[in-house]
Amino acid sequence: MTANDPSPNHLQLTRDGQLRHFLTLDGLGQPLLTDILDTADSFIEVGERSIKKVPLLRGRTVVNLFFESSTRTRSTFELAAKRLSADVLNLDISTSATSKGESLSDTLLNLEAMASDMFVVRHSQSGAPHFIAESVTPGVAIINAGDGRHAHPTQAMLDMLTIRQHKGRFEGLKVAIVGDVLHSRVARSQIRALNVLGAEEVRVIAPGTLLPRDVEDLGCTVEYDMARGMKDLDVVIMLRLQKERMEGALLPSEREFYRLYGLNQEKLGLAKPDCIVMHPGPINRGVEIESAVADGPQSVILNQVTNGIAIRMAVMSMAMGGQMAERQQRQQEQQEGRA
Amino acid sequence: MTALLDIDQLLDTLESGLRQILQARGVDDPVLIGIRTGGVWLADVLGKRLGIAQPFGELDISFYRDDFSRIGLNPRVMPSSLPFDTEGRDIILIDDVIMSGRTIRAAMNEIFDYGRPASIILATLIDMGARELPIQPDVVGRALLTLEAHQRVKLRGPEPLRIEVQESGQ
Repeated sequence: MTANDPSPNHLQLTRDGQLRHFLTLDGLGQPLLTDILDTADSFIEVGERSIKKVPLLRGRTVVNLFFESSTRTRSTFELAAKRLSADVLNLDISTSATSKGESLSDTLLNLEAMASDMFVVRHSQSGAPHFIAESVTPGVAIINAGDGRHAHPTQAMLDMLTIRQHKGRFEGLKVAIVGDVLHSRVARSQIRALNVLGAEEVRVIAPGTLLPRDVEDLGCTVEYDMARGMKDLDVVIMLRLQKERMEGALLPSEREFYRLYGLNQEKLGLAKPDCIVMHPGPINRGVEIESAVADGPQSVILNQVTNGIAIRMAVMSMAMGGQMAERQQRQQEQQEGRA
Repeated sequence: MTALLDIDQLLDTLESGLRQILQARGVDDPVLIGIRTGGVWLADVLGKRLGIAQPFGELDISFYRDDFSRIGLNPRVMPSSLPFDTEGRDIILIDDVIMSGRTIRAAMNEIFDYGRPASIILATLIDMGARELPIQPDVVGRALLTLEAHQRVKLRGPEPLRIEVQESGQ
């Protein structure tokens, strides 16, 4: 997709195309993305049972390695790992060893010495999960839980699952992503996923100051006027205004932003009548979305949270499965080499 | 071989075997659960034959397989669906072919995650022998213990149901 992105697939996929890390959607094709969605569908059913647990990762240790705080993403990853029967260790690194001067590599070596099988990594630096996947011991799976402005692939996939649940398909859909695209790692992953899965049009709606340079190259059209942008939409995805990332005067004021790009009933009325409203959370009510819309009948925001657990169960079990199949293959080859 | 594997004859045997065991155990309100894919087709047919009104359950055991650590996750996993409460129920569990018994172990583990059934009766269309676990079906359509090691039996369906003997692992 993007020309300067080296294909990460030698890292993400096994020789026979199974997932073994989940770092980015770049380079992943429609069949694999569909496999992830289908697998997640089965995990949704598990979440409805009286015992919401399957034994796939029983005896495995999953470490949530969060170099940047996040309540929702961390807790849904934790719940996902527990529903797969894994043991979970939550490490909030900002309050831990790195603040005592330990390097990232040393932190990882220590965690590997505790026989961890999977790291779920969130980092403010783009490419950090990629770096870890390159240096980690073979057999340990890395899942990207958001890195810098680069990618947030599980969030994008849970959004795709939510869209498929409500629309049944991607073909012919017009989807808009509204708001702070510049600082959003989710938007990048969403645009990629929607294109691969065959959406008819991906539109970004934002002021020029909140768009990355050459945003069209990601595979989307650009609209600066929200009223025009809402026309014919099947899905509208609101982005959170990343106040903590906002540097300098990119916006005149929050109030002005809400007037121009906030989603209210009136603007939603310009989309198709069955247009669904999505938001990755946490919501800034009255900043990017009106409460009546966020809580309204077209909102699927809470479905997104439920789907987040299922998607994370899917990629964790698929990546762990890929690692284990590969380990099995290595052992077999070693034995054959000896024989 | 084809005469040996007449599907209707095997279904007759299964049906009458099930009627006998249900009567002997005094079970008058059983529910059917089929293991995907062949077992689900059979659950459909046997439900009608036995006059069980309750819709049958469908089990996909991919999340419970004991070879996950060797081959990873089955990419074609489908959601299981048990459209009834299993707690305290008498269950007839159906699969097309039993060999090692590992599928049935996985299926029983999964069933217990939905609740504690009163009992489980295991019915399989064909018993291939070659057991690796101490699990035996209560009712069998036909035991085929004499196949060569490279031969596999497969149920095709759903319309019409038929049994194929495949040569594998040349």
